[in-house]
Amino acid sequence: MSAATVLERPAVAPHQHPDLADREDVRPAGRRLGPGPRRRLAWLLGPSALLLLWTVSSGTGLLDPRVLSEPWTVVVTAGELIADGRLQENLAVSAQRALLGLIFGTVVGAVLALVAGLSRVGEALIDGPVQIKRAIPGLALIPLLILWFGIDETMKVLTITLGVFVPVYLQTYAGLRGIDLRYVELAQTVRLSRASFIRRVVLPGALPGFFLGLRFAVTGAWVSLVVVEQINATSGIGYMMELARTYGQTNIIVLGLAVYGILGLLSDGTVRLIERKALSWQRTLAG
Amino acid sequence: MAANTGGLTAVAPSAVERPSAARLAVAANTGARPALAANAAVSVRGLIRGFGPKGVLNGVDLDIAPGEFVALLGPSGCGKSTLLRALAGLDRDVRGSGVIRVPDRVSVVFQDSRLLPWDTVLGNVTLGLREHAETRACRALAEVGLAGREKSWPHQLSGGEQQRVALARSLVREPQLLLADEPFGALDALTRIRMHGLLRDLVTAHRPAVLLVTHDVDEAIALADRIVVLDHGRTATVRPVAPQVGSAADAAGHEALRRDLLTALGVHTSVGTAIESAAGAAEAAARPAAAGAR
Ligand SMILES: Nc1ncnc2c1ncn2[C@@H]1O[C@H](COP(=O)(O)OP(=O)(O)OP(=O)(O)O)[C@@H](O)[C@H]1O
Ligand SMILES: [Mg+2]
Repeated sequence: MSAATVLERPAVAPHQHPDLADREDVRPAGRRLGPGPRRRLAWLLGPSALLLLWTVSSGTGLLDPRVLSEPWTVVVTAGELIADGRLQENLAVSAQRALLGLIFGTVVGAVLALVAGLSRVGEALIDGPVQIKRAIPGLALIPLLILWFGIDETMKVLTITLGVFVPVYLQTYAGLRGIDLRYVELAQTVRLSRASFIRRVVLPGALPGFFLGLRFAVTGAWVSLVVVEQINATSGIGYMMELARTYGQTNIIVLGLAVYGILGLLSDGTVRLIERKALSWQRTLAG
Repeated sequence: MAANTGGLTAVAPSAVERPSAARLAVAANTGARPALAANAAVSVRGLIRGFGPKGVLNGVDLDIAPGEFVALLGPSGCGKSTLLRALAGLDRDVRGSGVIRVPDRVSVVFQDSRLLPWDTVLGNVTLGLREHAETRACRALAEVGLAGREKSWPHQLSGGEQQRVALARSLVREPQLLLADEPFGALDALTRIRMHGLLRDLVTAHRPAVLLVTHDVDEAIALADRIVVLDHGRTATVRPVAPQVGSAADAAGHEALRRDLLTALGVHTSVGTAIESAAGAAEAAARPAAAGAR
């Protein structure tokens, strides 16, 4: 038999067959245990339901506006704040803090995970301290950070960074250590250099863990942001809300919450989108 | 070569080390390695490997000439994979001693295709290639009949196709020695026969020395120039395969060799002739019988 005999394949892939559309398609009944194919925009369903519930309970008077402002009041408030520029200004400041902290934290977490995951010395030096840091709540560090760095931006970004790097480190490290030893053996048999080994085996193998960590980190970044902005700030969404509290402006507080919520949802969605693109080789329940 | 009648009884760790330590001392004195075959592609002398207190390989001697196709038979758990991994240099953490000489370029095909799931078919074949990686990889893929599948993910291929990619990956680096550990073990009988043809063609074209580990007596006869049976941690039986026997043109010779090998594997049976679809059945028969013989 020659190699050519093995080659034979149908010229048209079955699912692309032109006149398949009007053929009968009867299949045996069977139960699907996975969640089924992905539907576009389906992720909007949950948040929309929540919004609807809020609107209905406000409209029917079930919800006292002094407890929680009506959605339309919040929309009007948003319009006013955008008109006088306060919302954009504070949002820009908040977003910058969160983003900087996220970037620094992600880089630090990923690099530490690589060093700890690839060398025993790194593991011995890095893993212990990170586990200790993990046991200390981020909030508990703020007094010390204020003493060291004052109350300006450095302290705020640093607080966020410290909150971000831990989940990125933990998940990336776990992903890296979970790489199947068989692939490492393969890399040895094809004589990969250390650099190629990291690039072709370690990094892609650790990527699912990294993305998991990144999603925790994004949420964590917003949480840390709220904390630093409400404790000590003269700008940002948290400051805007804190100011509103002293004047009893529930609508602005709720607007702030809504902004945080939307930002959180958008950033998580972005990470998931990147994740799906980067991990398209994976065949999992997520689909 | 006589089988070690002592069998696989527990060997003290020090005993595992000793014999070839002595050999090596002799070698150092005379300034030469202990009788390694001069122009063989692979030369192994006194190879000892063990896990814990248990010896698995108890002094294996093996030579493979350049371009020679050797099949390694043996009951399950007798140490075939251990020997192959030693040749591939994948057993750094395993206790043992002995002398191994292998060529520079060694490729390994595993029982699982071992394709990186996060890399495309093409990416998997170019792994570790330096010059003209893509061109060479595409040519190798065409050679195994997978032209046009370069951009697929491994999970989009069938088991046989994945194993063909693994073959392409191992041959694209023009190995002087191809080590294959039951590369077709997970494939169905029909695909396996196709793969035999493919492997024979590829080996004829590239002429590496081959060590093929298999459970399957017929696979060994069909492919190999020489068959080695591993028993009690030593290479117990060595049988050359005449070309007309390998191609089954000489039916009587084929059957005789087959029975001879089955006997060497510890299967004492006249059933051997009755099983015509052979491949799977002989394998199934060999396993429990061999295990019971211990
Ligand atoms: N990593 C390991 N740790 C401990 N024991 C091992 C290890 N690898 C192999 N062994 C033992 O060494 C012996 C030989 O194993 P090996 O995998 O070489 O057998 P084999 O001949 O390849 O068997 P099979 O045909 O089933 O693949 C077995 O008894 C096995 O239990
Ligand atoms: Mg094996």
